[in-house]
Amino acid sequence: MTSPPITAQAQTPAPQTTPVRGRRRLRRLSRRDIPVLVVLLGIPVLLDLALIWATTVASIGLSFTSYNGVTAIKWVGLRNYEQIFTIYLPFWTAVRNNLLWLGVLGLVATPLGLFFAVLLDKQIRFTRVYQSIFYMPVVLSLAVVGFIAQLIYSRDYGVLNSLLGRGSHPIDWLGDSKINIWAVLVAAVWRHAGYVMILYLAGLKAVDPALKEAAVIDGANERQTFFRVVFPTLRPINIIVVVITVIEALRAFDIVYAINSGRNGLELLSVLVTANIVGEASRIGFGSAIAVILLATSIGFVIAYLTQIIREDRQ
Amino acid sequence: MSRSPADRPGGLPMTSRRSILRGALAGASAFAVPAALAACGKSDTGSGSGGSTNKNVTFGSNYSDDVPKKAIADVMAKMQSDKGYTVKVNTVDHNSFQENITRYLQGSPDDVFTWFAGFRMQYFAAQGLATPIDDVWQTIGANYSDAFKKASTGQDGKMYFVPFYNYPWALFYRKSVFEAKGYQIPKTIDEFKTLCAKIKTDGMVPIGFADKDGWPAFGTFDQLNMRMNGYDFHVALMAGKQSWTDPKVKNVFDLWAGLLPYHQPGSLGRTWQDAAQGLVSKQSAMYLLGSFVAQQFQPADLPDLDFFAFPEVDSQYGQDAVEAPIDGFMVSHKAKNVAGAKELLKFLGSADAQNVYLKSDPSDVGANKQADASGYNAIQKKAATFIGGAKQISQFLDRDSNPTFASTVAIPAFQQFINTPGDIDSLLKNVDAQAKSIYAAGN
Amino acid sequence: MTATTTAPAGVVEADRRAPNRNRKPLRPARVVLYVFLTVVALGWLAPLLLAVYASLRPYAETAKYGYFSLPHHLSLHYYSLAWSSGDMPKYFRNTLIIALPSVFLVLFFASFVAFSLSRVKIPGRKTLLIMFAAGNLLPPQVMVTPLYTAYTKIPLPTFLSSSETLYDSYLGVIAIHVAFQTGFCVFVLYNYMQTIPTELTEAAAVDGASLWRQYWQVILPLTRPALGALATLEFTWIYNDFLWALVLMTSGDKLPITSALNNLRGEFFTDYNLLAAGSVLVALPTLIVFFALQKQFVSGLTLGANKG
Repeated sequence: MTSPPITAQAQTPAPQTTPVRGRRRLRRLSRRDIPVLVVLLGIPVLLDLALIWATTVASIGLSFTSYNGVTAIKWVGLRNYEQIFTIYLPFWTAVRNNLLWLGVLGLVATPLGLFFAVLLDKQIRFTRVYQSIFYMPVVLSLAVVGFIAQLIYSRDYGVLNSLLGRGSHPIDWLGDSKINIWAVLVAAVWRHAGYVMILYLAGLKAVDPALKEAAVIDGANERQTFFRVVFPTLRPINIIVVVITVIEALRAFDIVYAINSGRNGLELLSVLVTANIVGEASRIGFGSAIAVILLATSIGFVIAYLTQIIREDRQ
Repeated sequence: MSRSPADRPGGLPMTSRRSILRGALAGASAFAVPAALAACGKSDTGSGSGGSTNKNVTFGSNYSDDVPKKAIADVMAKMQSDKGYTVKVNTVDHNSFQENITRYLQGSPDDVFTWFAGFRMQYFAAQGLATPIDDVWQTIGANYSDAFKKASTGQDGKMYFVPFYNYPWALFYRKSVFEAKGYQIPKTIDEFKTLCAKIKTDGMVPIGFADKDGWPAFGTFDQLNMRMNGYDFHVALMAGKQSWTDPKVKNVFDLWAGLLPYHQPGSLGRTWQDAAQGLVSKQSAMYLLGSFVAQQFQPADLPDLDFFAFPEVDSQYGQDAVEAPIDGFMVSHKAKNVAGAKELLKFLGSADAQNVYLKSDPSDVGANKQADASGYNAIQKKAATFIGGAKQISQFLDRDSNPTFASTVAIPAFQQFINTPGDIDSLLKNVDAQAKSIYAAGN
Repeated sequence: MTATTTAPAGVVEADRRAPNRNRKPLRPARVVLYVFLTVVALGWLAPLLLAVYASLRPYAETAKYGYFSLPHHLSLHYYSLAWSSGDMPKYFRNTLIIALPSVFLVLFFASFVAFSLSRVKIPGRKTLLIMFAAGNLLPPQVMVTPLYTAYTKIPLPTFLSSSETLYDSYLGVIAIHVAFQTGFCVFVLYNYMQTIPTELTEAAAVDGASLWRQYWQVILPLTRPALGALATLEFTWIYNDFLWALVLMTSGDKLPITSALNNLRGEFFTDYNLLAAGSVLVALPTLIVFFALQKQFVSGLTLGANKG
């Protein structure tokens, strides 16, 4: 799981003794510096171009073929896309699930994270302990989370069913395709909330106390202070959080794969890609088309994020 | 706001902390790199030693569950002691091995690898991912029936596969349970339904069922299809020559839907191993599975295990067809030690190797005619007779059909059916459309 | 520099903005707050505690009484069993072989790239920056197929890869990790280096320092906090990676620990508690790294939030 960092500016620009941004005097290079530059800059650039961008472009190209990895590549135009949209059974379930994932992360996990951040910003004891606990699920390997999910949700021996006392009519939390996505989403929220919390905590800390004090003097209560004064200044962080949430929702893969290989109600676009190209199937053209669909949905947000970066950079 | 090397909060001189951090990272990765080289180099003792007596062979194995893993290790040990060949076994989890097979074969496969007979084998052979082994068959061919020979032949008429063992799919049950409750072995589907109803009122689960991995449900479909519509129709359907919207197929699903209430509920969250434990613990009365279910039983309980053929549905087809998938071995096309690989295959195709394996494995039947049946337990003896007496032998849905179809279409479709047995028509229409596109594309 | 920015802007310490008002008096509303937070925190920890609890109990007991029952018998037996029969040392070593070089290379390359993009007049530097940042946001699945196809066609000498290609080799997995994670780190470090005044490198240049020396002796020490933070973050992400090893490796022996856990399931399926112990062992390194290096860890995510 990777994500972009937040680049929120300090809310109260402190006095600067040197112009740190905007006007940089970039040095010219001496002759002996050029090889160093070429090698040490060139390698990562090449790696990035080759392994990340070139492969992405290649996938886009492959999506218009019926390549199966072994025999020759055959151009089929939009046929893969047509099949995906019309007859590929798991596709729409996957789309639904990705949207659900997005909705739950955005409407439940993110506000929850913000809520935790606000609570923990209140100068209480043990704030570090609480933060660590809420953030802890983020560092857990998702394969482990998948196992824990089995432990809790299993129909025959899971803890949840025994807690609910449903001996004779156990609920099949993971096997019932009508409800298993929700069971998994609980785990997703468990992870995402802590992540969002940390981001907002940093932003809240940067809020100038003078602003809050002014609001209090003007007679605002706590909620008004927060929503009318503090929250608007968190705008840069909000944008980052939105982007992260979207990217995570679209990129979700590990936990459903660890639970049941992403089948039977737990389909996700990312899993469908791997099922078609990594499994026995080897329908590479077809799988690449699904990957391109996934890419297309992410692109909008990538651009939004980049716009934010560029805009900040110009300040 | 400026930072300069001068004002360093914290006290410690920056150099030492920085260099510690960098030193630690550099040291650790310096340690790791030789380890990586050593690790990479170590496993590859075979290639490069050249010559005609390269006695190191690599073996890609999906025998990952405990019992088979030990058994195959015993076989390789015998290869070592008998012929002096060192076989390096690369074990991958059973399901993962299958799921990764295409990349595995295209990447850097071992010399010999475990695989299955049937269309699945022919498919990879046709793509050039396996080495023909006609010369191996010249040595071992006499010991195999025509059925096995046929199952080992590629689409181009060359041999690609060496059978090791096969095992039947049947309805397994515990004799003690049937005796205690007075259940009779059903011969027809109606008797079967009556029996199931009775078991249910007695408080047991009539038929254990698990389909979390997607493939076990194929066993049920295959039995129903062959009983209702005959072996020929089944094979044609698997090969993409019949339509899934054919009323014959719909009948199968209708019958299945009628039987579903007798199957263990919550099957999509359960693995076959868990369902087998249900049979062991007498929660389920019967379980339709391959004879590898015996591996789940403790040796003390094994004599209690027995099986019977899936009941007849249409007297025209009776109980003629037996589903008995054949497991065996192939030589990859990128084998580094082809000669050694072929020697290994000759050994694996011999009765000796199969006898060693079957000693530790209580569920399979050796493919070689000379395999020593005297060491068989009751299940194996019955299985040998059962398979021997079959008029037709099928391999299993995902081995008889196109792999893409089996994994991307059949698995989701069957799981959807098990979830909602109601809307069969639209499901079959969709399966058919997908099947046609896959078989037509030749994917 | 204000007090807030000297401490890593991270695990947010008790607020130092008002040094004398650190602890508010204990009003009922506060008590409710503490209670609420404690309850939620316990609920947050519960799943992991459950796994640990299950791993300490014999299977026969939990099969009989269920997982949510009082213990009759607690032991660490399963941990030693998982460690030995699960062959864990081997898989942990594999993970280290992948993770440590990756982290080192990522930080090294990313810091140099960030340095050169922020200080050297390279044509198209903004484009390069965007290329790096955006690359990290792409879904990995869109790279999988061409990547592994290309890998199978790139030959490597045997001493570098037993498979003799980049596919199924540690080097291949390290390469993709480095490529993928460098984007993120370049971006973070670039922003961080923007806060370092150019005067420093100018002064060094005037003194005759080469580009390399400016990087190595001037800039790098100053980015130490950022590097520490990123190191812990990157280690955690690469350690927890599931997809790349799944796609780019087939040898059971070479799998890193998180992918190997999947494999172990086939062997341990009857003994869920054994699997629990295995899972806890797998989770342990990242948890340890996290708790030991919390400050760095969290500040890595929020670098740049409190600049200036």
